[in-house]
Amino acid sequence: MSEIKKNTVREPLFHLAKRSSIHPAAAWGIRLAAVVIGFILCGAAAFAMIEKLQQNPGKIVDFYESFIKGINTSNKSFLENRKLWAFFKETAILLCISLAVTPAFKMRFWNTGAEGQTLMGVLGAIGVAFYLKDSVPGWALLLLMLVGALVCGAVWAVIPALFKAKWNTNETLFTLMMNYVATFLVSYFLVIWVPSGSSSLGKLDIQKLPVIPVSKTSSINDSFLITLIVLILTGLLFVYLKYSKQGYEISVVGESVRTAQYSGINVKKVIIRTMLVSGLLCGVAGYLIGAGLDQSVTTESVGGQGFTAIMVSWLAKFNPLVMILTSALITVLGAGAEQITKTFNVRGALPDVFVGIILFCIIGSEFFINYQIIFRKKAVDGEKEAVK
Amino acid sequence: MNIWLNFLIDSLAFGVTFMYGSTGEIITEKAGHLNLGIPGIMCMGGAGGCLVLNMIGASGLPGFLIVILGILGAVLMAMLCGAIYTFMTVTLRANQNVTGLALTTFGVGLMKVIMSKLDYAVYLVGPKALYRWPFAGQTNALQYLGILFFLGIAIAIVASIVLFRTKKGLHLRAVGENPGTADAAGVNVTQYKYAATIIGSGIAGLGGFYYIIDYMASQEAYLSLEAFGWLSIALVIFALWRPHMTILGSLVFGFLFSCSSFIANIEGINVTMAAKPLMKMLPYAVTILVLIISSVRNKRENQPPMSLGLPYFREER
Amino acid sequence: MDKKIALSMRGITKRFGKVIANHRVDLDVYEGEVLAILGENGCGKTTLMNMIAGIYFPDEGKIYKDGEEVVIRSPKDAFELKIGMIHQHFKLVDLFTAAENIVLGVEENGRYNLKDVNSRVSEIAQKYGFHIDPQKKIYDMSVSEKQTVEIIKVLYRGADILILDEPTAVLTPQEIEKLFRVLRRMREDGKSIIIITHKLHEVLSVSDRVAILRKGEHIATVNTCDATESSLTEMMVGQKVSLNIERNRPWDPVPRLEVKHINCRDAEGVQVLKDISFTVNAGEILGIAGIAGSGQKELLEAIAGLQHLTSGEIIFNNPKKDKPVTFFHKSMRRVKELAAQDAFHDQMGNPISFQGMSRGQIRRQVSEGAVLFREDEVIDLRHKTPLQIRELGVRLSFVPEDRLGMGLVGSMGITDNMMLRSYRKGHAGFVDRKKPKALAEEIIKELEVSTPGVNTPVRRLSGGNVQKVLVGREIAFAPKVFMAAYPVRGLDINSSYTIYRLLNRQKESGVAVIFVGEDLDVLLALCDRILVINSGEVTGIVDARTVTKEEVGLLMTKTNASEKEEA
Repeated sequence: MSEIKKNTVREPLFHLAKRSSIHPAAAWGIRLAAVVIGFILCGAAAFAMIEKLQQNPGKIVDFYESFIKGINTSNKSFLENRKLWAFFKETAILLCISLAVTPAFKMRFWNTGAEGQTLMGVLGAIGVAFYLKDSVPGWALLLLMLVGALVCGAVWAVIPALFKAKWNTNETLFTLMMNYVATFLVSYFLVIWVPSGSSSLGKLDIQKLPVIPVSKTSSINDSFLITLIVLILTGLLFVYLKYSKQGYEISVVGESVRTAQYSGINVKKVIIRTMLVSGLLCGVAGYLIGAGLDQSVTTESVGGQGFTAIMVSWLAKFNPLVMILTSALITVLGAGAEQITKTFNVRGALPDVFVGIILFCIIGSEFFINYQIIFRKKAVDGEKEAVK
Repeated sequence: MNIWLNFLIDSLAFGVTFMYGSTGEIITEKAGHLNLGIPGIMCMGGAGGCLVLNMIGASGLPGFLIVILGILGAVLMAMLCGAIYTFMTVTLRANQNVTGLALTTFGVGLMKVIMSKLDYAVYLVGPKALYRWPFAGQTNALQYLGILFFLGIAIAIVASIVLFRTKKGLHLRAVGENPGTADAAGVNVTQYKYAATIIGSGIAGLGGFYYIIDYMASQEAYLSLEAFGWLSIALVIFALWRPHMTILGSLVFGFLFSCSSFIANIEGINVTMAAKPLMKMLPYAVTILVLIISSVRNKRENQPPMSLGLPYFREER
Repeated sequence: MDKKIALSMRGITKRFGKVIANHRVDLDVYEGEVLAILGENGCGKTTLMNMIAGIYFPDEGKIYKDGEEVVIRSPKDAFELKIGMIHQHFKLVDLFTAAENIVLGVEENGRYNLKDVNSRVSEIAQKYGFHIDPQKKIYDMSVSEKQTVEIIKVLYRGADILILDEPTAVLTPQEIEKLFRVLRRMREDGKSIIIITHKLHEVLSVSDRVAILRKGEHIATVNTCDATESSLTEMMVGQKVSLNIERNRPWDPVPRLEVKHINCRDAEGVQVLKDISFTVNAGEILGIAGIAGSGQKELLEAIAGLQHLTSGEIIFNNPKKDKPVTFFHKSMRRVKELAAQDAFHDQMGNPISFQGMSRGQIRRQVSEGAVLFREDEVIDLRHKTPLQIRELGVRLSFVPEDRLGMGLVGSMGITDNMMLRSYRKGHAGFVDRKKPKALAEEIIKELEVSTPGVNTPVRRLSGGNVQKVLVGREIAFAPKVFMAAYPVRGLDINSSYTIYRLLNRQKESGVAVIFVGEDLDVLLALCDRILVINSGEVTGIVDARTVTKEEVGLLMTKTNASEKEEA
């Protein structure tokens, strides 16, 4: 060999490699750290936005306390704590929608239409109530409302699935558009139902969901049933995805369509059936909102939870049991930020900002779970890996 | 002015909001990134511009400087948000849908916080006339035809030329179609993804700024902005991923979205209240129709970019 | 050697996880030569070249271009050093025209003008003797046209080192000859050409020197004029090729699967199978030989029910006569239907019709083995889905070429992958993981699969272990027909022999085995008969015990040649 010139050498400092495996505890540790960092960043953001905090930095303690206060202010017993149960109820609704998007996501069907599917569920339930409330007994109406919600939610989910199965129409964009069609469908019915032109339906005078008397406070009893229903659904979905034949088919289709065809799975059928399950669950969520909480419908009945649910489901790695935690986390953030607006007397949409910050941190942390950074050693031999 | 012409101009002026949004989103999608954060980015763009105007609106600076600084504020703020999205999805390889949705949540929320702190009298009342130059005094739809209106149309046309007539555009489209191939051909995929997504975000941000400062020009304008971010994403499909088509598309969308209230004003036509929401639904319904038809016809040129939504990591090949 | 060294590699090492793909490789390339890189599948040829082309970055070692040390971090760096690689899987944007693909990534001064590009492309094509339409879209092109685009793409950038990764695998003999003519012209033009291949006759006909890689290590570089097929083979495999595969005479070969005149088109409407007919007997191994992409994949998929046939029949003879009836994959209703057609008899030969018997009684009789079939079942598999085929009781096993993309689910563990075949068993809506788990453990033990556990995602296992899992599952299905496409591709010698043994065991137990292979030595040593396929047509079915390698090689290229001459 001739002389070697060294001046042109540029070595990359590090390169990335996919981790072959990571201990589950380490993975959850990284996620937990991300949440903690997120909360610290929330504090920093609050410091920038809230003047009272700038004047009195000591108040930062109040700031963090608000996240607890948001869901629990009193020292009352568990069953009598109204705020805590309101928190459970809110979590349950979000959890229910998150459950709904999960089977589709496991199948790699990017259903961004949970918002619209749930809204259609609400519309279905309230539509039935509006037309039949004077002609059938209360309990029958509740059942018919459920049917209405299920049918509407399912139809809204199955339409994009049919086109995906038949023509491979992009489902992300299709379901996203269906949200707005649903929104305007709701405003259409509101105009028809409310002749006055105010476009606000108001609470319908219909029978409420049956009450399970666990406490003296009635609002807790309402929450109890909804929380219970959603917890049962969570368990059922977990079992469905993990132990049922259909759940197994969903996993196979999500992983590789070719493998599914090879093993004799009818992929089109699975796509449609899974979206039907998604739509039915959205219908349940819509029913719980329509019949359980509001007894009414507006274009804001779902209030963006259909989108939040996508993040909840993804954060939980599509595991229904973990979703209990992630949906609770999002709700805590929202309730806490709500509390902060009271404590510090600020206007605006602080909850969204905090949710955004925490989400960014968790989403970013996934990188460190899936990849490792390998620093290149200058020496020729040896293969020390610097893992972060 | 003729009532119909007035309405057409009004529709187009309205459409410029999502013309910006969808031009930005098309550039982003051409790099293979479905950015569902566009509504948040548009909001933040609007907030950024207003933030700057709030600082300089009453400073007595020359008008053109105020205009330029406001635009810069909007573009930079939106680019910053776009940079967050790009960093997460390109460098950290996060899921695009989730990141985009998180960004929208964050951006819309922060925009509302910022806007609630600004002084309407400073950022809007004075600068509005500057941006509406040369038609500031008009009372009909001509008043909207200001600097940002023409800038939007110019950007849409330029974006098309860049995408389909230049080498950079060729590279960008290759990145969105098949990043592995582009990479092997020596195109710096990461660089293009960053550039496209950040520039696209900057353009989209102007849409939000235009909506608040020019088209709506009211204190509450920002509260209704998010919905038009989503409409922008619909318009991308309607325009079949061609920026110049967004000009036509935004006219159609603007027309459909506002024709219910327009028709109601014409004598002799009786529009029931119920028809209004159905007409507002039309842009989305038409978009779905376009999506279905293009997937049924399956013409290669009219499909979403092949790698849309997929992360790219070289060593995985 | 008076020629100038264009590129040299010193001590190049690359690892993927624990697998060492290249170990301290030293290699020189001269100007104006064709260097062949020879080695078996999986010996690290492509990985090594990818490091010159900037796709991978070496873990250790140095690369010198024209005597200067260089670092190639990206394909762009490679281009700047005038190194271009034509990959085996073409890297083209389908939606673009040839010219657009060719200029992709080129940094040029001046305005971008497609007309200029078109004329420059035509110029290059003329210089070296290509034919190309610069404005044709890639998705309208044939494989050989796409390869032409790839080569021009590299030349357009003024590359003086061209790397071609198995360029002949997808070409017809005529196209190969044409390609070699072009390569020789380039060599005369002073360019260095590196061609990766594992075909010896190509090495001998086109190259000046041969570098041999074995298991990631550089064994030797020799001048082609000093080399012979046998000397190269020896270096390539390390020892003399003495394939010690046992082979017994087929035992009682009755026709099991009859393929009659099948035709098949792919998604683009190209006819991929043309009037194919053959019979596979029980207890024999039928080899299928042919150039890669001649229709082997489509043929197996057609039999498995994954390809739509335009015409023809696939007949499966299910040996049932005098065998006890089971409820395997059969509903009670189907059993009764068959009984009504006089399909069953008892041990004395009297017909059984189940008339007037309750479900329980029928079940008991059947499970006691008292009901025997009257005759063999003849089933047409045409237009049946894989599920329908299975429900008809046809035990057809299929080890596809794409193991992780089709045969297995990469993210699932061995247990869950076992279920791919069997998860429908049982009447409840829930899957049973007990039996699959037992099966998984059995396969791990029997086939010596090295894995941390039954739930470790199979994607993390090595190629050999993945294949054992797949073959193990397909054998556990107790097949009557066993099809395997390239089952030893990428496997080490030991694993390969395990697979051969398993195939032989299947054959001895009366299974009809179809083996698609690429290594002719293996095909000749393992199979009973060999079917040779070329461009979707059968060009011959020969006795593997008497045929020579040359004869098979000839058949692999036969029809194509005659067809072209006619045209």
